[in-house]
Amino acid sequence: MAMEVNFENVSADYQLGPIRSPLVLHSVDVRIESGSYTAVIGYTGAGKSSLLKAMNGLLLPKEGQITVGDLVIKPDKNKHALKSIRKRVGMVFQFPESQLFAETVEKDICFGPMNFGVSKDEAKEIAKHVVEQVGLTQDILTKSPFSLSGGQKRRIAIAGILAMQPDILVLDEPGAGLDPNGRKEIMDLIASWHKDRGMTTVLVTHDMEDVVTYADRVIVMEKGQIVLHDYVEKVFANQQQLEKWHLDVPDARRFQLNFEKKTGIVLPKVCLTIEDLADAFIEVGLA
Amino acid sequence: MNKLILGRYFPGDSWIHMLDPRSKLLACIYFIFVLFLANNWQTYVLLWIFTLFVMYLSGVSFKTYLLGVRPLIWLILFTVLLQILFTSGGTIYIDWGPITISEFGLTNGVFIFCRFVMIVFVSTVVTLTTKPIDLTDGINSLLRPLRALKVPVDELALMLSISLRFIPNLLDETQKVMDAQRARGTEFGEGSLLKQMKTLVPVLLPLFVSSLNRAEELANAMEVRGYQSGEKRSTFRKLTWQKRDTLCLLLMLVLTVGLAVFRADGSILH
Repeated sequence: MAMEVNFENVSADYQLGPIRSPLVLHSVDVRIESGSYTAVIGYTGAGKSSLLKAMNGLLLPKEGQITVGDLVIKPDKNKHALKSIRKRVGMVFQFPESQLFAETVEKDICFGPMNFGVSKDEAKEIAKHVVEQVGLTQDILTKSPFSLSGGQKRRIAIAGILAMQPDILVLDEPGAGLDPNGRKEIMDLIASWHKDRGMTTVLVTHDMEDVVTYADRVIVMEKGQIVLHDYVEKVFANQQQLEKWHLDVPDARRFQLNFEKKTGIVLPKVCLTIEDLADAFIEVGLA
Repeated sequence: MNKLILGRYFPGDSWIHMLDPRSKLLACIYFIFVLFLANNWQTYVLLWIFTLFVMYLSGVSFKTYLLGVRPLIWLILFTVLLQILFTSGGTIYIDWGPITISEFGLTNGVFIFCRFVMIVFVSTVVTLTTKPIDLTDGINSLLRPLRALKVPVDELALMLSISLRFIPNLLDETQKVMDAQRARGTEFGEGSLLKQMKTLVPVLLPLFVSSLNRAEELANAMEVRGYQSGEKRSTFRKLTWQKRDTLCLLLMLVLTVGLAVFRADGSILH
């Protein structure tokens, strides 16, 4: 079952003792559709991570409200109600391997589901299932998470979130700090989860290739505000808008623009991936 | 967690901010000693005037200081309660065998409370108005005579400045790990004491691991840049003793004289 997330005029800030930070979210109004795969992009400090935290009740709004499915997060929300929201919204933090703590991988994966009231045996069953889904074998379950490699730790940490069986998955740069292969594997894994389960997925990333390969919508953030929210193809088709928000273009699109400028041949559609390019070339009879 | 005021620096340009860290440290330590001279309400009023004056001079809001006392409030109240219950003398108001509430107990309780709060306030003034790095420079400089006794003063100061330097990082990381575990369904500060202690394991363990990793990285980074312990070191920042620092110590002297005059029996010696 997928769910929709709705931000209604949400403003939020962080409180540090007597100091209140400037608003990290500034009257955010956005509807993230059920079953969509949304990429959030923007500069450091634009409020991307805050947007994710707000969906999970880790950052409470100062004004406005957030609805997750039929659950509502308001400024005065009590703690227990937040727990049911966190069960629905699985959040993968940046460098999630830093949250591993248990003696064995199995215990660490079971931690989340058991907190949400799943029995021990059931949690162990889930653990067996999810390690395979993140591309590892079951014999890893008895190992200590601290003895694993960086990429394996990352997978275990993500498996720990998937084990909670959330309806919405929010991820903060899940590929950061991994080698290109490890990155791609993690991203493919998330994409297949998104597809198989019909989950609503929200991903923060800096990589335009990730955006065009995996996501179907884009949110562009700047200074705590959402300045753009649209389908991926539409965003990258509008050159003026891209320049206005200083957005990078994916390699394939850059190639297309250069190609069109130098040859004068206009390809029939906006190409965002190499596959798109290949199709377009066939269509105009160049390949 | 982020309500912790101790060890945090508030930038500013007040008279107290401008003082040399050495004079601030000396004055603070001296104040804690001189506090024990007070033994009647006149002397406590004098000390309160001094404390509030210093807090006012620092230019930091009073609310911030209250936040500094908050984590210690239970310890303070517990000590006060012990004083009230187990001190006897003067008029007795309530008598339950060994436990009595007496006139002396109550006054002692109030005095102890004032003493505690004033110590916290004054030391908070020092930490709020001094950059951690200046503080360690000050300590280093004050401890310098101990070098003659083969005490590794420079190494101690370095350890201190490294620990102070990493407090903000550690706090950030604590926040991050707590958020991550909260997202996995942990509720902090809920349920029985045992249950609450159990929720700390998933926070403390990752913090230990990352601290150890960071310590190793830092040690390597220092070594490749040629750090050697026991070597004579020069400093980039020079501490300068100014007129205002002498004035600060003179002020402490005036306070001592004031206390001596207003004390119950009028002399410094009991």
